[in-house]
Amino acid sequence: MMDEILRILDKEQGAVNVAKISRMLGKSEEEVSAALRDMEEKNIIAGYKTIVNWDKTDRDVVTALIELKVTPQRGEGFDKVAKRIYKYPQVKALYLMSGAYDLSVMIEGKSMKDVALFVAQKLAPMDGIISTATHFVLKPYKMEGIILEDNEKDTRQVITL
Amino acid sequence: MNYDKLVNPVVDKLAPSGIRKFFDVVNMMENAISLGVGEPDFVTPWTIREAGIYSLESGKTYYTANSGLLELRQEIANYTKRKYGVDYDPADQILVTVGGSEAIDAMIRAIVCPGDEVLIPEPSFVCYKPLTEMAGGIPVTIETKEKDAFRLMPDQLREKITDKTKLLILPYPNNPTGGVMSKADMEAIAEVLEGTDIMVLSDEIYGELRYGEEKHVPFSAIKGMYDRTVVVNGFSKAFAMTGWRLGYAMGPAKIIGLMTKIHQYGIMSSPTTSQFAAIEALRSCDRDVEDMCREYNYRRRVIVDGFREMGLSCFEPYGAFYVFPCIKKTGMSSEEFCNKLLQEEKVAVVPGNAFGECGEGFIRCSYAYSVENIEEALRRIARFVSKYIDR
Repeated sequence: MMDEILRILDKEQGAVNVAKISRMLGKSEEEVSAALRDMEEKNIIAGYKTIVNWDKTDRDVVTALIELKVTPQRGEGFDKVAKRIYKYPQVKALYLMSGAYDLSVMIEGKSMKDVALFVAQKLAPMDGIISTATHFVLKPYKMEGIILEDNEKDTRQVITL
Repeated sequence: MNYDKLVNPVVDKLAPSGIRKFFDVVNMMENAISLGVGEPDFVTPWTIREAGIYSLESGKTYYTANSGLLELRQEIANYTKRKYGVDYDPADQILVTVGGSEAIDAMIRAIVCPGDEVLIPEPSFVCYKPLTEMAGGIPVTIETKEKDAFRLMPDQLREKITDKTKLLILPYPNNPTGGVMSKADMEAIAEVLEGTDIMVLSDEIYGELRYGEEKHVPFSAIKGMYDRTVVVNGFSKAFAMTGWRLGYAMGPAKIIGLMTKIHQYGIMSSPTTSQFAAIEALRSCDRDVEDMCREYNYRRRVIVDGFREMGLSCFEPYGAFYVFPCIKKTGMSSEEFCNKLLQEEKVAVVPGNAFGECGEGFIRCSYAYSVENIEEALRRIARFVSKYIDR
């Protein structure tokens, strides 16, 4: 059942309640609630988030992907420096990568300057950071599996046999 | 011109008119919530669409072989073997058609002679009867019952067999009831057919959409039935490709050969773009089909529960994407129910008698809609039903 619940949450982007999940799976609400609680406790479900297309709002949000090259520390690898980075609320995502660089940081700020200053003042000077490369997001097309400008409407006839 | 004297009376008399009128009203109506559609709400998976587009870009705009691209027939054979364990030779046992409907038409025309009887379980899809009549055959309907889970029962079949019976149509998984035939059910049918010369047209267009523990088994996989069965399947339902108009028939080389002649003169060859897209569908979309099927299953549970909560008897369907609740408790006929529901709550569903007289007292609701849409429709139907029903 766990797998089924996760599929539904993923597909509906978390916008479902227990009653609906239980109807979809033919299970009782108690069973579904218990399974959800269990997965939350085990951190399998790490959180529920709303995906916002900020371009459609008045709020100015600038997103950047920053590639960091890092010297791993003895006994700590990349974890220690990663921890220093992800504690900043501006950091929306952080991944350890294979390939040409080590850490990929996704930052949100109010303006390009805001982001640039964060990189210059906080990330670049940090111990172990060898280099940074900042890439600003110009336009989001698809986020978390959701196509933002999906124009595929239901154009079926009202009745067909 | 006096057309009445000119036209073919068989064609002129086809199709009941009452239901047509209802459909015209519905299709004109704006902002009706519909549970009336007999096709997936999913758009064809992108990889399939992309393959179709690529074939156009590469200039694949010519006729194909009459029976379809050999590469596609080969993939159909592979798919059928992989999924159901049944062997068909792509060289002479598979015909690619314009939707499953053309395959049904060609099969009936290939074997039915004037006066031959064709056994048609009902409720079922609307095309079998008219196609039989146009071929000069005599449709003999068999009423399947809610209490039998809308399966064709062996005794019912035995009763209707005469020395004129040429063909049995097996429409399972069933549109409109969602009923299915298990392997054991089909074996019981096979037993009745054993020793007769009756051919079987097994319309398995919904075969991929099965719910519950049991998997779909093609009728040709039942012991002794391979040589008398033509299986019809297609891409419309499983791969959400209704608009591509592509289906296929698989069966004994002799029958497929006859059907290919009909297809060759009437159609030439199926749409080339669709055929290229279909190759991709069979090669790499098992996962998509599985995902869509899982999604239908969620909706199926929601809609069956919804109707039962209203106090209507709703048989649990294990195939296709329809439910067929009984509305007799409301005291209305199917058409009256559908008309009033449309006027009072703006919900469009299909009267059960569109699928044969024995569908009277039922309505067909499709769950090829989002859960939100289904839940809203259920709320409205519940409000409507509660006005007319004594619980």
